[in-house]
Amino acid sequence: MRVALFLTCVNDTLYPDTGRAVVKLLTRLGVETDFPMAQTCCGQAHYNTGYRHEAEPLARHFSDVFKDYDAIVTPSGSCGAMVRELYPRMGERARAEGRGDSLAATVAPVVPKTYELTEFLVDVLGVTDVGAYYPHTVTYHPTCHGLRSLGLGDRPRRLLEAVKGLELVELPGAEECCGFGGTFAVKNSDVSAAMGTDKVRNAESTGADVLCAADNSCLMHIGGTMARLRTGMRPVHIAEILASTEEAVAV
Amino acid sequence: MSGMYLGMPAFPEAARTAVRNPTLRGNLRHATHTIRDKRARAVAELDDWAALREAGKRIKDHTLRRLDHYLVQVEEAVTAAGGTVHWAADADEANAIVTRLVKETGESEVVKVKSMATQEIGLNEALEAEGIHAYETDLAELIVQLGKDRPSHILVPAIHRNRGEIRDIFRSEMSEWGRPAPDDLTDTPAELAEAARLHLREKFLRAKVGVSGANFMVAETGTLVVVESEGNGRMCLTLPETLISVVGIEKIVPTWQDLEVFLQTLPRSSTAERMNPYTSMWTGTRDGRAGEGDGPRTFHLVLLDNGRTDTLADEVGRQALRCIRCSACLNVCPVYERASGHAYGSVYPGPIGAILSPQLRGTGSEIDASLPYASSLCGACYEVCPVAIDIPEVLVHLRERVVQGGPAVRQGNKVVLKPAKGHAAERAAMRAAQWAFTHPGALRTGQRLASRTRRFHPRTLPGPGRAWSGSRDLPAVPAEPFRDWWQRTHGGKDGVK
Repeated sequence: MRVALFLTCVNDTLYPDTGRAVVKLLTRLGVETDFPMAQTCCGQAHYNTGYRHEAEPLARHFSDVFKDYDAIVTPSGSCGAMVRELYPRMGERARAEGRGDSLAATVAPVVPKTYELTEFLVDVLGVTDVGAYYPHTVTYHPTCHGLRSLGLGDRPRRLLEAVKGLELVELPGAEECCGFGGTFAVKNSDVSAAMGTDKVRNAESTGADVLCAADNSCLMHIGGTMARLRTGMRPVHIAEILASTEEAVAV
Repeated sequence: MSGMYLGMPAFPEAARTAVRNPTLRGNLRHATHTIRDKRARAVAELDDWAALREAGKRIKDHTLRRLDHYLVQVEEAVTAAGGTVHWAADADEANAIVTRLVKETGESEVVKVKSMATQEIGLNEALEAEGIHAYETDLAELIVQLGKDRPSHILVPAIHRNRGEIRDIFRSEMSEWGRPAPDDLTDTPAELAEAARLHLREKFLRAKVGVSGANFMVAETGTLVVVESEGNGRMCLTLPETLISVVGIEKIVPTWQDLEVFLQTLPRSSTAERMNPYTSMWTGTRDGRAGEGDGPRTFHLVLLDNGRTDTLADEVGRQALRCIRCSACLNVCPVYERASGHAYGSVYPGPIGAILSPQLRGTGSEIDASLPYASSLCGACYEVCPVAIDIPEVLVHLRERVVQGGPAVRQGNKVVLKPAKGHAAERAAMRAAQWAFTHPGALRTGQRLASRTRRFHPRTLPGPGRAWSGSRDLPAVPAEPFRDWWQRTHGGKDGVK
């Protein structure tokens, strides 16, 4: 199986540790992973802000870069949802605008082969115990697009519950949005910050050291709010927890 | 829509006031969380909820596709049952028709059933300008009217008020409108309800004209349906001699059997009840139907367009017309909970308002152009919608209309909208990003530049950057981007194009 890591532009630029964790984890599970260097961005920020036409070349570029792989794995629920849910919709819209089937046909091969990391682990590799060790109290925030667009369900929790040393505690109001929402975070910064503060206060109430999620964009917002409110908690991507072992314990 | 919303500031500015009001935040948090939890339990009781939701969606879509046919059927059936049908293209026409009809009765007072359509057109204000007093009889609408306030929720228009505030409004305002509240009125629900009951009873017994909307119109018989909890609606629908109903053209269902779907999904979605306490149905007038002696002597149906045909012309946006005004999307929305209903500048607040108002009114005003952005696209609204309106999809579609313009229908005419002002910098940034993202080498240069200058990066930003860093620290830029590490350690097998 030829597996490609679609890291996402945000992780590539700001969170390389998450990328290294995915490579380490998949390698440990016997999956050889490639990182096609021509990858850039899925176009989600363009699409969701109203620039669908500007997102189209990015969707075509993505499809060109990844079309020959058997599986495309991404550590981001929202970028995964962009490909799986919104690329087909972009193809339909282009067709409705009288621009033919070209876009739909270009994106069609990559859509069913794109997996969010926890889906790939549980559904494709069939593992829930990945042999991880992480001696911390963790609370889990299901990010919206992973939860509602991809339907990740309890996959991330099952993976976390199997981690040695990890104590998982329930996050009150877990399924409420953290308030990031891409450009929403700056276009409606007051409401976004209020949502972020409530999320962080709920996380603090659990007594956990770590808030875990499967999307670094949301964690950037939650973590930035935690730092500003001086909570002492820290945001950690699920890939870094699952990659952590007794020999090399992640922070 | 109503003139009172003209000149509303954009959503972010209007929301700021609410975000900083702890009483309002507390009232809304308590109310929305209570009802959202109850709704979840009420919906979970039904094994066939998904099928009911799909059926509701299909019935509405079918009706909207053949609306021309069903509207004529409604007109024929209502007329045959002794009623009179009027067609109103917009709010002004509808208000003029209702005003004329009330004047023809010689009355100067009307009692009102809670109705979104009449709120949408600003009927009370239009009637007042002609010397006709309209009395709201729904408890929450009464609170809003007495408080000279605006509704902030579709189902619970006074959701932003707590019991203490309601007691104060009753004590100071009721005497201006009719029977005063007792001096020793407390804020217990039973006492507040009793004060409202006595105040309203006077109005019901005196009124000769009732004004309503309708939750549904059944095309096959011309029957109108109002679903409510308090029974005040039924008083208005049965006691007055003249009944005038203002109903949006999208409220049609073809047959009585179709009601079986919505009479299950609407109460569970809105009040979390298995069945609502009062469902009133009426067909024409008491003389128009042989052998039946109840209902109004005169019945007028005003069919309201007011932007609905324009909305229907939009392939993506038309799904908003499926809405049955249950409010489930408001109650579950994290943005609504913090921004409150008034920030949406419309009688339709929350997620559904954010897609309905910019379609019914167009995206020309500051508030309407900002509404499609009043969402983090979390998708909770779509999940609970009993007619499966994909609100995030429509929000993104309307964002596109705002920033890129494009074809639309306004007042029945095909137009090409220009992009809205104020998005030039964003558009330039999006295009620059698009270029960088289709040129991986350029992206990499940018990433390296960010990494090498990272010591000089501040933790907070000045100017527009404060929108982020006013409440959140900036993430630290790493020493090298992932792709550089990969190339160093794995040799960059694919190389950069």
